Amino acid sequence: MTPKPPAYCIKELGYRYGTRRHETGRPGAWSLRNMSFEVRDGEILGLLGPNGSGKTSLLKLLGKIMRPETGSIELFGSDVTGMVQDVVARLVAFVPQEQQQIFPFSIMETVLMGRFPHRARGRFGTFGWEGETDLRMAQDAMKDMDVLHLADRSIHDVSSGERQRAIIARALAQQPRVLLLDEPTAFLDLNHQVEICRILRKLNDERGLAVVLVSHDLNMASQYCDRIMLMENGRLFRIGTPDDVITPDALHAVYRCDVLVDRHPGSGLPRVTLPGRQMTRHS
Amino acid sequence: MAHGTTINPAATANCTTVFDLERSVVTHRRWLTVMACLLCASAAVVIGSLRFGAESISYTDTVNIFLLWLRNGSAKLESTEPNFMILMYVRLPRIVLAFMVGGCLATVGVGLQALLRNPLADPYVLGISSGAALGAALAMLLGVGVTAMAVSSLPLFAFIGGLLSIGIVYRIAVSYGHLPVHTLLLAGVVLNAVFSALIMFITSIMDPNRSFGMMSWLMGTLLAPDYPALGALAVYVGVGTAVLASQSTALNILTLGEESARSLGVEVERLKKTIFVTAALLTGAVVSVSGLIGFVGMVIPHAVRLFVGPDHRLLLPASALVGGMFLVIADALARTLLAPSEIPVGVVTALAGGPIFLYLLTRRKGGLAS
Repeated sequence: MTPKPPAYCIKELGYRYGTRRHETGRPGAWSLRNMSFEVRDGEILGLLGPNGSGKTSLLKLLGKIMRPETGSIELFGSDVTGMVQDVVARLVAFVPQEQQQIFPFSIMETVLMGRFPHRARGRFGTFGWEGETDLRMAQDAMKDMDVLHLADRSIHDVSSGERQRAIIARALAQQPRVLLLDEPTAFLDLNHQVEICRILRKLNDERGLAVVLVSHDLNMASQYCDRIMLMENGRLFRIGTPDDVITPDALHAVYRCDVLVDRHPGSGLPRVTLPGRQMTRHS
Repeated sequence: MAHGTTINPAATANCTTVFDLERSVVTHRRWLTVMACLLCASAAVVIGSLRFGAESISYTDTVNIFLLWLRNGSAKLESTEPNFMILMYVRLPRIVLAFMVGGCLATVGVGLQALLRNPLADPYVLGISSGAALGAALAMLLGVGVTAMAVSSLPLFAFIGGLLSIGIVYRIAVSYGHLPVHTLLLAGVVLNAVFSALIMFITSIMDPNRSFGMMSWLMGTLLAPDYPALGALAVYVGVGTAVLASQSTALNILTLGEESARSLGVEVERLKKTIFVTAALLTGAVVSVSGLIGFVGMVIPHAVRLFVGPDHRLLLPASALVGGMFLVIADALARTLLAPSEIPVGVVTALAGGPIFLYLLTRRKGGLAS
């Protein structure tokens, strides 16, 4: 198999908050420094690291939601900074950690918003109606995420798990080649956590969708990600397969916490166990 | 799955679905139905309110006068029929003005609510109307409010004042990141206080004869305009409403927040500037002719949203029509309640809208954008 060109090629990326015009005060400390890595096409890459290590910032830079301070981000060979917003949105979909919605749009309307970057800009600006393709894509995405039966319900009247699945369906309706997710399972119960991971894996297998996801769940990342990037204080600490990255010394260096790493009995992949009461004496 | 090769037929969707499409989204058919109903209702309200005023003119007389007018033209009627003068040069222009002002305020309210992600945003409550009024008052004081070829320069000054206050409100909004409702209202209160003080100051140093006129203008008054002035306002209103309506889908997405909107392909900065300028333009145009009329921009979109849903493609034009109807009815009340003297229409809308606003504020306490 010939190696595919990478989805993302990131070189010496740097970012700090507080440099934009409307933000008051002096520029803050660098939240990302000198990051260089690649996201391969069709892989699932997990971003791990402590709170404040820059995972979410990195994700937003990849989605062109924020602009980098230094360095460059290439998306399928072209510089993201020079791309028009809806061109990026046709290639990359972003699922925020929590979607606040003030107005009571229905689930169907919410998912159809994902068709916006594909909609024709006609004489009437963005006024036009959804075409058949838009409705079909939205329906397919809703079937994938099992929210089609909720189509006419208001986004306010569904559970947080259903809302999260609707937001992922919206991202799928964008027909992206890369899916960025910020802690997709943070507010979900065990059943839905596993379900979302399975669906992501399935989309990845069937359509070659590249996935970059931020997570705090080391075990989930280890089981479902092809590669894992460990971040520490705005820097790339280590990137590689779960076997390379999920090791006691790496996790100790980043999280300052002793953990037990053994093998998952089913998959043989690394499994992390939190320190128990007896652990220090044993090891 | 093929990427990037999707065709986008602009045709209306009519695909077979396993769920109820009509209930889930605003379809072309529902849009036409709602808008047709509202247009008929608007026409009924405009015609119905023709009879109300200091001089009661029955509908039979009205119809007869219109028939005569259609047959003979206006020249003869002007001398023989006093009611014709009242209807054509006092009442009708005033009703049309009320309709446009109400529609405008509701449209601006919808735009601001999407921009600030807050269903209580309103040009009056946020101090944008008083900013525009300050601009207009300043122009009156300095005597630069000239009228050349029916195009008054007052709206321009009101526009600048409105733009300034939207800028300040938005600046406060972004410095807090996501804007809680109470901060927003507080900002509006402060802006209103400062601008009102400045307007009072301007009034106090004015010639007393002119200052009385200005006071009644500030209370929100609809004075019968001449037709060229009405036409100029119609141009402002038409352009502003069309610009906002053309951004409907983007406005829908903007209500998700700026970051999500950007990730869905909306050019957020450009859209925000469009809303700023349009809202200031519409507020300026309206305030310069009718003064401060409050709460229409908040109550109407809120009520309309309950019935037609939050999709701006329908919400915007529907709010414009309902806002127009609302102000026509409010103005009919203002003309008749204490006839032959008049209540400023701003007083009527504030008395109707204020309690609704307070009700919404207490009912949604804690759960609203905070």
